Amino acid sequence: MLIKRPSDIKSSEITDQGQYLNRRQFIYGASLTAAGIAGGLVLPGIALGAAGPEAGTKLDGVGKSPLSTDEKKTPLKDVTSYNNFYEFGTDKYSPSKYAKTLVTRPWTVAVEGEVKHAKEYDIDELMKLAPLEERVYRLRCVEAWSMVIPWVGFPLSALIRRVEPTSKAKFVEFTTLHDQDQMPGQYRGVLDWPYVEGLRIDEAAHPLTILAVGLYGQILPNQNGAPIRLVVPWKYGFKSIKSIVRVRFVEEPPKTAWMKASPREYGFYSNVNPEVDHPRWSQATERRIGEFRKRKTILFNGYADQVAKLYEGMDLAAYF
Amino acid sequence: MESVAAIKIPVFVACLYPLIRLAWLAAYDNLGANPIEFITRSTGTWTLVFLTLTLAVTPLRRLSGYQAAIRFRRMLGLFAFFYASLHLVTYIWLDQFFALMDMAADVMKRPFITVGFFSFLLLVPLALTSTSGMIRRLGGRRWLWLHRLVYVASLGGVVHFLWLVKADIREPLIYGSIVALLLAFRVAAAMRGVRTSLLARTGRRAPLVGKVGEESSGLKKGSELTHN
Repeated sequence: MLIKRPSDIKSSEITDQGQYLNRRQFIYGASLTAAGIAGGLVLPGIALGAAGPEAGTKLDGVGKSPLSTDEKKTPLKDVTSYNNFYEFGTDKYSPSKYAKTLVTRPWTVAVEGEVKHAKEYDIDELMKLAPLEERVYRLRCVEAWSMVIPWVGFPLSALIRRVEPTSKAKFVEFTTLHDQDQMPGQYRGVLDWPYVEGLRIDEAAHPLTILAVGLYGQILPNQNGAPIRLVVPWKYGFKSIKSIVRVRFVEEPPKTAWMKASPREYGFYSNVNPEVDHPRWSQATERRIGEFRKRKTILFNGYADQVAKLYEGMDLAAYF
Repeated sequence: MESVAAIKIPVFVACLYPLIRLAWLAAYDNLGANPIEFITRSTGTWTLVFLTLTLAVTPLRRLSGYQAAIRFRRMLGLFAFFYASLHLVTYIWLDQFFALMDMAADVMKRPFITVGFFSFLLLVPLALTSTSGMIRRLGGRRWLWLHRLVYVASLGGVVHFLWLVKADIREPLIYGSIVALLLAFRVAAAMRGVRTSLLARTGRRAPLVGKVGEESSGLKKGSELTHN
């Protein structure tokens, strides 16, 4: 059978993907114009206003980070076509097919709760909050597959410092957009919408935790959680909540979507741990997308050096 | 009879469609980002499809009166076993790469794999006794009882599917409903005392002599097998 290795994939394929997305944005934008929707200039290949900046738009001034891994990156084609984003369908190929209905401009992120300077940020303002960095992180899904993705974003701690949480802020709660017209998957109650995730305040402020606005040097595609998402690389992928509209600082640990769906299977911490199995399957190994043989899963997804101290003395099996 | 034989070949080829499609997608590198997951999911789904098709033969015969449909049941059943075997081989080879200890641990600790593996095991004797020779050797009565295991295996397959999905139980429930419906049909028919007679099962009106009778010898006309 022909299973291509990443080295078989020519860099020209990345260009193809960009053109493919551009084409879809153009068709979408053109059809919106045809339907007489005002508010946006539609030029060939560019659909503004109603849809958002076209996928493939390059992000400028992206610096490098020592926190990046030098492991082999997962090809852009796979990163943008194999996604768990139930708001657009529960199949992994559905988000890339159906996420075009997501409208990423205008977009605001409300930062509120136990903070001194609550504010509703416009997304373009939020993207300029701190210098953008490339963070090449491993992402490990709870389903036991993983990728290496070159995210573009900035540390969440920059936002935290800006809003100044009070002493009551022990946890940070994140919420995804709730709009069935834009996210048709939300018509089905597979999860309790809107999607909610949470971190302890020290996890949120950790240098590894970022708000990502792009990947592979370009604007985040819709199916990857546009226009802004969280990436917490030492936890299972479902904690890296997508398409964020609210960040709230709270006293109690938030009830996350997956905890509500199956409390026995998905805990608040969800740290990657080969020794704590999912009740129904093992977490000891994972399939790195693009590889044939499975790999051994590493505690905290290989970020133990940086994060183990957050959990000193904590029973990782009890607090899963 | 001749017309049925003529249809069997295109039906056989049609049953190969899932395999041909997989080979085609593989050849054009269109199995997606996680090819092994794709193949596992595909072979598993087709196993369920063929199991339900097999189970649907008799109810369809009763409702439509197209008795000759029985001639396709063995082929459909064997294709179910074929795709189940591909599904198992995919797990053993592509997914686990022959890691025996890991697989043994999986079978013991992961309920969805336990039920899947045992459902497969149930299909093995059914495949082995699918020939006319075996029907003769076992005798119709024992053969029928053995082959009722297909219901257990099918329900097991549905439970296997249900226990592996994270939150979206819609597809497993659809297959579960279909299997339950087909089973209910049989149970209802049995309760109504409908004769699942030799006639209904084999579509044969002829007395049990000669070539025709050989295929179902062991079933004595008027025996309790001709009643239900």
